[in-house]
Amino acid sequence: MTESPPAVPAAGPEASPPASDKESGRPEAQRVIPLRHPWRWVLTALVLVVLAQIGHGLVTNRFFQWDRFRYWFLRPVILDGLVVTLKVTAWSAVLGLLGGVLLALARLSRSPVLRAASWVYVWLFRSVPLIVVLLFLYNFSALYSRLSLGVPFGPGLVHFKESSLATDMVVAVVGISLNEAAYAAEVVRAGVLSVDQGQHEAAAALGLPRGYQFTRIVMPQALRAIVPAYVNQLIGLIKGTSLVFYVSLLDLFGKVQTMESTYPGDVVPLLMVATVWYVILTSVVSVVQFYVERYYSRGALRTVPPTPLQRLRGGLRDLRARIALETAR
Amino acid sequence: MSAATPARERAAAEVTVHNAHKWYGSHRVLNGIDLTVPAGQVTVILGPSGSGKSTLLRAVNHLEKLDVGHVSVGGEPIGVRHHRGRLKELGERAILAQRSRIGFVFQNFNLFPHLTVLENVAAAPVATRRATKAQARESALRLLGRVGLAGKADAYPRQLSGGQQQRVAIARALALEPGVILFDEPTSALDPELVGEVLAVIKDLAGGGTTLIVVTHEIAFAREVADTVVFLDGGRILEQGPPEQVLSRPREARTREFLSRVL
Repeated sequence: MTESPPAVPAAGPEASPPASDKESGRPEAQRVIPLRHPWRWVLTALVLVVLAQIGHGLVTNRFFQWDRFRYWFLRPVILDGLVVTLKVTAWSAVLGLLGGVLLALARLSRSPVLRAASWVYVWLFRSVPLIVVLLFLYNFSALYSRLSLGVPFGPGLVHFKESSLATDMVVAVVGISLNEAAYAAEVVRAGVLSVDQGQHEAAAALGLPRGYQFTRIVMPQALRAIVPAYVNQLIGLIKGTSLVFYVSLLDLFGKVQTMESTYPGDVVPLLMVATVWYVILTSVVSVVQFYVERYYSRGALRTVPPTPLQRLRGGLRDLRARIALETAR
Repeated sequence: MSAATPARERAAAEVTVHNAHKWYGSHRVLNGIDLTVPAGQVTVILGPSGSGKSTLLRAVNHLEKLDVGHVSVGGEPIGVRHHRGRLKELGERAILAQRSRIGFVFQNFNLFPHLTVLENVAAAPVATRRATKAQARESALRLLGRVGLAGKADAYPRQLSGGQQQRVAIARALALEPGVILFDEPTSALDPELVGEVLAVIKDLAGGGTTLIVVTHEIAFAREVADTVVFLDGGRILEQGPPEQVLSRPREARTREFLSRVL
């Protein structure tokens, strides 16, 4: 069995751990010197030089007009656009994922009718460009609001007669969610298929109820494969929301575009403002992704990977130990 | 580990197989099997690979559907019901309820890797509304003690050796207090030195008020523990009887040939 390794006499040179180096009197010549990587240092220097050059160029090139960038970066008009981007992204991400899970369940079900319906939906919405879906819905809603008719796309369009922004927002969210659901369905399905068949069998053999099997046994394991793929999808979505500009919803990109036509001299700093905000949003998502993935790796890996902070601390500890060892000699 | 059985444990169930036939496409895996396993006894199923022994075992809890015939556990047909002289398949909910009264131990353990050892054992009684969380936890700890793993309750399955994982899987099956437990080659995926610890746990269950059906290649185990040995070949029962008869004085040449190869 694994628990009790045989006791080894402490004097053996190969048995003592590095920490007890001095006490055990281990011959110094026997110490294993870790492989050194001199070329890594050269490469690091090279990369640093290139980065410094790019940074220097960014700062000194007048073309970027950093004073105008500062002027625009936190302007209320830009922040309004940012809020719209966040709202559209959040709603579409949630609704799209919900739709995707339902579609994936339908596709994986035993009912041939559900399987076919799910397949057709995914086929259709992966075939039609998002911009076409959005414009189609936009014109549709305009038609229906003039006729003041009922709700063709579910309860989401109840806000019809409210302000025009709400309507545009709903059109944008519905359009993007419909599109997103098709892709999310495939991501979820891939995740479920990645779970070992033995897990399904074990859950079935224990007589666990269907819902429990899916939510507590299959899904937590599927999420290990789903999270990276869906975050990929989500990051595409954050940037993809800039298409709502074409259904007259002014998100971050839309605001930047309007400001550009009003202040033609500020095109470049305004584009930089949009770029930096999108970078910030995707960075936040990437950081969250790391921790979510770490959570779902419980049990799959024998030890969970360290967080960047833990790795930094560990690295410093090793360095300090090495310096102490070198100076002691 | 004592063989004393708590009073609340479910009574052992008799398992009967009636004229079981099963095809995979044109290949016939089960070819008319009739078998009675008396309640509380240990039955070991032997046979060359491809003889249909795993399929037969999996048919008992309806992981495999039979094409003809049926299996009864404790007199209740599994996965089917009699309807105007014919057999009709049951709905999934009913089948799941039946399965929760039949334990199954897999060759590859199939523990849930994202749950701790304790959660693996305690999950099913809670999910099937047999016990509260506290009760399930308590009896899970007791069962882990019984398989000699009380100290591993908070470990994850992948942190355990194969033998330990299989013992957890046995505790998981016991948690539902089944009337019968099915073992599908429980030691075939283990390193030789770990086989003993798992067989010891199974042996400890024998005569403890649970019917055990074990598919295995461990002849010594069959000889020592089994009440009945069944030899399967080509989807048919070639011979069955007490171990000293089937293993020491087999009637059939096919059985003798098989035994000479595995011993």
